[in-house]
Amino acid sequence: MNTAVASTLSAAGPAAAAPATAAPATAAPAGVPPRAIRDATAEPRWVQWTLVGLALAFMTLFLFVPLATVFVEAFRKGIGVYLASITEPDALSSIRLTLIAAGISVPLNLVFGLAAAWAIAKFEFRGKNVLLTLIDLPFSVSPVIAGLIYVLVFGLQGWFGEWLRDHDLKVIFAVPGIVLATLFVTFPFVARELIPLMQAQGIEQEEAARVLGAGGWQTFRRVTLPNVRWALLYGVILCNARAMGEFGAVSVVSGHIRGQTNTMPLHIEIAYNEYQFAAAFAVASLLAGLALVTLAAKHFVERRVRRELRDGLPE
Amino acid sequence: MLLSRALLRRHTVLPGFDLALGFALLYLSLIVLIPLSAAFLRTFALTWPEFVEATTTPRVLASYRLTFGASLLAALLNAVFGLVTAWVLLRYRFPFKRLVDALVDLPFALPTAVAGIALTAIWAENGWLGRWLPFKVSFTPLGVWVALVFIGLPFVVRTLQPVLEDIDRELEEAAATLGASRRQTFVKVILPILTPALLTGFALAFARALGEYGSVIFIAGNMPMVSEITPLLIITKLEQYDYAGATAIAVVMLVAAFALLLLINLLQAWSRKRQGGL
Repeated sequence: MNTAVASTLSAAGPAAAAPATAAPATAAPAGVPPRAIRDATAEPRWVQWTLVGLALAFMTLFLFVPLATVFVEAFRKGIGVYLASITEPDALSSIRLTLIAAGISVPLNLVFGLAAAWAIAKFEFRGKNVLLTLIDLPFSVSPVIAGLIYVLVFGLQGWFGEWLRDHDLKVIFAVPGIVLATLFVTFPFVARELIPLMQAQGIEQEEAARVLGAGGWQTFRRVTLPNVRWALLYGVILCNARAMGEFGAVSVVSGHIRGQTNTMPLHIEIAYNEYQFAAAFAVASLLAGLALVTLAAKHFVERRVRRELRDGLPE
Repeated sequence: MLLSRALLRRHTVLPGFDLALGFALLYLSLIVLIPLSAAFLRTFALTWPEFVEATTTPRVLASYRLTFGASLLAALLNAVFGLVTAWVLLRYRFPFKRLVDALVDLPFALPTAVAGIALTAIWAENGWLGRWLPFKVSFTPLGVWVALVFIGLPFVVRTLQPVLEDIDRELEEAAATLGASRRQTFVKVILPILTPALLTGFALAFARALGEYGSVIFIAGNMPMVSEITPLLIITKLEQYDYAGATAIAVVMLVAAFALLLLINLLQAWSRKRQGGL
């Protein structure tokens, strides 16, 4: 139980707890000035500033500069070129396809995440740890391989290749393949956010609801769902960000047919390789904006989850 | 009914186990397990010598060396700077701290293709920073390394932060009382507590880097034998309709990834035990 709480908090990140550690952990013993204790367990000033400087330099070089680059390059040729780049037909069709892929894969993975989390967090059963590992499996598979395996199943030389061709159905180099590849790479996101939180929350509230006469669905809808709504929201946001941004897996199954099977990341690649840098960065800036919204949502949801874990639940 | 009778460890008043687990297992099989098994089954069509030949040509070996080497070095840099970053974020006050903390996750949220073209714009020969450097970064293994540092950055910071947060300051006070210098306290008290989490973060960053594609291919230039990573080689083989060759290499990478996943699970169990013991 304790480890479950710890892992939830770790998933929720440390931002909110930082101020707590700043306070001295123990009161100073009589006669010893608090300052002496603080000095004995803190680094000298110059060490502190050196470490902060190193961390900031590292973060600036590898995070801030790349992020700023996206927006600077996108607007380098002016707002007119920017708007033209994101409203030309190929860009629009890539945006539409990206929305379709995310619009299908996020709800499906949401349903899976809820089902898996309900089974794993509310019941004790054999093989649970194996299931947990399997759910995380897509995270350790290279996106390129995620695309490849669907080619092996649905491609022309694949298991169902001939059958699909005979029935005039296309999966690979078509929208269904893109959806499948997106489903695979975004598979764990919702489950992963929900499971540790639901494990930490335990089953007392659901049991109470049942004893008081609530039905199964009623318990789930009125007790479980409200308890996990923020984590659910964050899982969906993360899942969506990855679904819209996936490149490697989609690249393998898409076939890069312009105006038909290009998602936004693939459109960026093609524009970039044709030296249309402003166009590539313009579409890239849309996805970078989505990334920033995702980070902001994470920050917000973490604070809510922390507060609810602290205040809202009985021990 | 079947699932609950076979698997449940104790009776419960909560409903829906069969439906939830049944759906989860079905969906898991359809989306993940069956397609993944296709890679392994397809490889069994090759004889052993064919498999060895497909996975050990000089060009493939060069791609392993680059992928594994650059991933390892990127994870190492991330381990060092991840430790520094996690430390300063928890222990010190400085300007823009909350912004920095929030942006650590950027590589998780930013699509890899976007990261790829941004890094190239910075490090290319005529790029923002590249033009001031006396040596080339893009189109060399160094460029691959830069991209892998970027995508591995959050792992060490995010695995260290909760552990660092849980360290009881009394331990450090006790060490100070017993006459340890601050350096000794760090090396002999704090670092041993952090080690499992540090190794976990390192392994996670390494595992992620091994499979990375999108952020690397723009800056790498993809010259065979020099800056061609293994995932790209898989795509190249696919485009030449060499399905068997592509799949054989993919299986090698999958086995490496699964071995790492196992290692990471063991490290995390160790980390939890170490934390629980304190």
